[in-house]
Amino acid sequence: MTEPVIESLKPTWALLCPALSSVLILLSGKRPNLRETWTILASLIQFILVLSMAPWVTQGYIIESYLFRDILPQVHFGFRVDAFGLLFALTASFLWILVSLYSIGYMRALKEHAQTRYYFCFALAILGAMGVALSGNLVTLFVFYEILTISTYPLVAHEQSQEALFAGRKYLAYLLTSGVFLLAAIAWTYSLVGTTDFSPKGILNSIPPLPSTLSILFVLFILGFMKAAYIPFHSWLPTAMVAPTPVSALLHAVAVVKAGVFGIVRMVCYVYGIDLLKQLGLGTLLSSFAAITMIGASLFAIAQDNLKRRLAYSTISQLSFIIFGVGLLTPMGITGAMIHIPFHGLMKITLFLCAGSILVASGKKNISELEGIGRTMPYTMFAFLIGSFGMCGVPPVSGFLSKWLLGLGTLESGNGVFLFLLLLSSFLDVVYFFPIIYIAFFSHPLDGIKKDGQKRREAPLSMTIPLSVTALLSIIVTFPNPLANILFNLVKIAVRQLGGGG
Amino acid sequence: MVSLVEHLPILIVVLSLLSAITILIAGWIHRRTAWFISLGTLLFQFISSLFILEYVLTRGSIRYRLGGWVPPWGIEYVMDPLNSYVLIILLFLALICLLYSKKNIEHELPEKVVSFYTVYQLLITGLCGIVVTGDIFNMYVFIEIASLSAYALIASRGKIALRASFTYLVLGSIGACFFLLGIGFLYAITGSLNMHDLSLLLPPFYKNRVVIAAFAFILVGLSIKMALFPLHTWLPDAHAFAPSEISAMLSGIIIEVSTYAFIRVAFSVFTPPFLGLFPILEILSWLAAIAILFGSVLAITQRNLKRMLAYSSVANMGYIVLALGLSLSATTPPWGGLNPALMHILNHALMKGCLFLAAGGFIYKAELWDIDQFYQLGKKMPYTCAAFVIAALSMIGIPPSVGFVSKLYIILASIEAKQFFFVAVLLLSSLLNLIYFWRVIETMYMKTQGEEGHEPSSYSKHEIPMGMLIPIWILSSLCILMGIFWLAKIPMPILDRVNLLFGLFQKP
Repeated sequence: MTEPVIESLKPTWALLCPALSSVLILLSGKRPNLRETWTILASLIQFILVLSMAPWVTQGYIIESYLFRDILPQVHFGFRVDAFGLLFALTASFLWILVSLYSIGYMRALKEHAQTRYYFCFALAILGAMGVALSGNLVTLFVFYEILTISTYPLVAHEQSQEALFAGRKYLAYLLTSGVFLLAAIAWTYSLVGTTDFSPKGILNSIPPLPSTLSILFVLFILGFMKAAYIPFHSWLPTAMVAPTPVSALLHAVAVVKAGVFGIVRMVCYVYGIDLLKQLGLGTLLSSFAAITMIGASLFAIAQDNLKRRLAYSTISQLSFIIFGVGLLTPMGITGAMIHIPFHGLMKITLFLCAGSILVASGKKNISELEGIGRTMPYTMFAFLIGSFGMCGVPPVSGFLSKWLLGLGTLESGNGVFLFLLLLSSFLDVVYFFPIIYIAFFSHPLDGIKKDGQKRREAPLSMTIPLSVTALLSIIVTFPNPLANILFNLVKIAVRQLGGGG
Repeated sequence: MVSLVEHLPILIVVLSLLSAITILIAGWIHRRTAWFISLGTLLFQFISSLFILEYVLTRGSIRYRLGGWVPPWGIEYVMDPLNSYVLIILLFLALICLLYSKKNIEHELPEKVVSFYTVYQLLITGLCGIVVTGDIFNMYVFIEIASLSAYALIASRGKIALRASFTYLVLGSIGACFFLLGIGFLYAITGSLNMHDLSLLLPPFYKNRVVIAAFAFILVGLSIKMALFPLHTWLPDAHAFAPSEISAMLSGIIIEVSTYAFIRVAFSVFTPPFLGLFPILEILSWLAAIAILFGSVLAITQRNLKRMLAYSSVANMGYIVLALGLSLSATTPPWGGLNPALMHILNHALMKGCLFLAAGGFIYKAELWDIDQFYQLGKKMPYTCAAFVIAALSMIGIPPSVGFVSKLYIILASIEAKQFFFVAVLLLSSLLNLIYFWRVIETMYMKTQGEEGHEPSSYSKHEIPMGMLIPIWILSSLCILMGIFWLAKIPMPILDRVNLLFGLFQKP
């Protein structure tokens, strides 16, 4: 069964948007308003382009756009958009619009330095993330994966303090090392099967199975996708939280870490193929491994007082839900994992944007300082409430749905322990999110200021609106409506192509 | 009717030699003419080399007999795809460095402008000669011409450069002696010096000890010239203290031309069957692997930017030689045969040329030699620094730059040769590259203040003149463009022809 193919330049155009805008941003560095116009314009056009691919893909077509054919025999440099890729592309491009708006408010409110560099690198990072999403084979994916790493370094080290420099170094040390493993894995795969194209049936099953080789290769791939921030290679992510908040939000809740997770899903489902992994028994291994991160990162999160660091550990834990779901190798598990990519993106970005707003409006970074902030910043904190409910899996926020599906997946795989671990991790989510809510809404500041005397002091509108939108959306997507339908259809098609029914 | 193009190989060499003399005389009268004469000559040479390549690709090799003497008695110049390719790289980089040198040399060596260009043109003569000749003794002569000019150019700044130049002189002369000795042995056995003739006469003597000794002598001699570990010791000082355009030439093309000489001797005089008799290539590739690690580790320890780049060149020669060592065991078209080695010769010329010229820019503007003086340089010299960053990222191997393409191809070749250790070495080396280049980039852009007060006087924007900036940017944009061209396989037909020439590809 091969899917019908449409040749279209749309994926290429979608990538040209951030590429061109990065150049324009650099050229108009002296005029901030013009510079920000390019960002917004590019993000809008990109989203429209990506969205316009959705009707084709939901009808089961694959969109291909190859720039250079045969850069190596059987390897074309170019894009091949399938349902799963489009899902990630939609998430990233949509959130780019909101975060661009938010960035403008944030960067101007804090009068940050080097804003041109910031927007330039931001656009390049989006280019990297979109490239990862749309690429049709491992080699193309690798190219954009590395662009993503490099372009986010200046964002992480933006503050240029000793701490930020250290974070930047650590970030590069982890991620470029992992890039090396990825390159090794890709070259090896290529030498084994002579192709690196993603295929729903997997490509490594075309050779006689060599369990030991394939297992080592699997480990190499996992090391290569260190962007997924699994334990024990997670510590770059909390360190990278010194970055400006919009960066943490988009890059470290959506683009960078999701690129890692996306890569793992691609590798599991489209390079190895589900059947092969079942034979090798690596799926259970992957899930157990992810379960350690799920639990471990939640435990770490409880100990954090810095709000962004706690959110970072929460990200680490939530990303592992996706890896966990894929490792189950059942249709429901994979459905849950895939749908968790946009859902977690929406919820986590809400939380990060709230953290940024709190910083801008009140200058507070630590959870223990947030007493009574629910009254001074009601809209922001209400959005935060929605986001954290979602993380804990409370209906009607979308996090509930993905956890439900993951739970069904564990039942399908017939492994009771996994279900228990999933529930335990959800419980831990409650443990570390509840105190924030409690402090924000129910505890009074110790210094005895009367609650009536506190004025409302929200962050600028360009910050509050994006976070309200993401908070609302993370509820809306739970219910049947056109937007949710697109997402679910994409996942459904992706899972069907993988041969898992559903 | 002989086409004009068939005369170009000799014209390239002779005109270059004559232009060196003209520069001397004309410069004596008016010293500003020197640069223009050199520019004219190099432009002519570069354009000729393009014509030669086109001719070679469409109509086959050019064989030019000097003075009409029939080889093996007379000297013969042979242009085939291999040397037309190297010739273009050589002349292109020479042209770029010449453009750059106009401002830089007036600034650095105001007293010696005329002699600089005279010797520079002699250097080009020597290098072109090495590349075009089809006679092994003639090759030796040109190696000496090129080396002697290089000694002079390295020493041109005086002081500490004199010592660097002297070390190079001693080692280089030893290398040349070894090479000459090897040629002598070959002549003793066969009575011929013509490369083509030698390749026909040698096969019966492949097991002969004199022939083996000859090969060993030539290998050692050229290894010194191409700074292959452990014979690289002359290189760091020579690169660090020469004027920057000479550093760029040394690192980007002079050692590569020596590598070309080795490829020529190994594949055209001796043939792949001879190389297969002994584990020569294996030993070379292991040495190269050590060179890669050794060069990269030492580069990390350097404080002087140009010394760091020099050690990086040691590592990069390792890349080229490693790829060369794999050329017989990996034979599948895009990455097999000599492809990765030849690719990296071009790629390294682009990257290292750009890096050295940028380093020269920092010295030109503010006498900044050491990496920890580079605070806030990204703000003061934004364009130079940006070009430096692009070339550095390319060295690290970030796609789609040329460095990535080289790395990918060498890795694929090592995998095909089942040498997984080399894959690990290559990957490790790109991490080491990351460490030493990132230190520079971080200081340029991210670090805010030097601990000590040796910050250069406070100026806002302080760019180098356009005459220097444009060559740097040509090279740095080529670092990306050429990478895309390689991936799009545009220059591949040339390399395929080279491999066809030596019978290195499997017939599919």
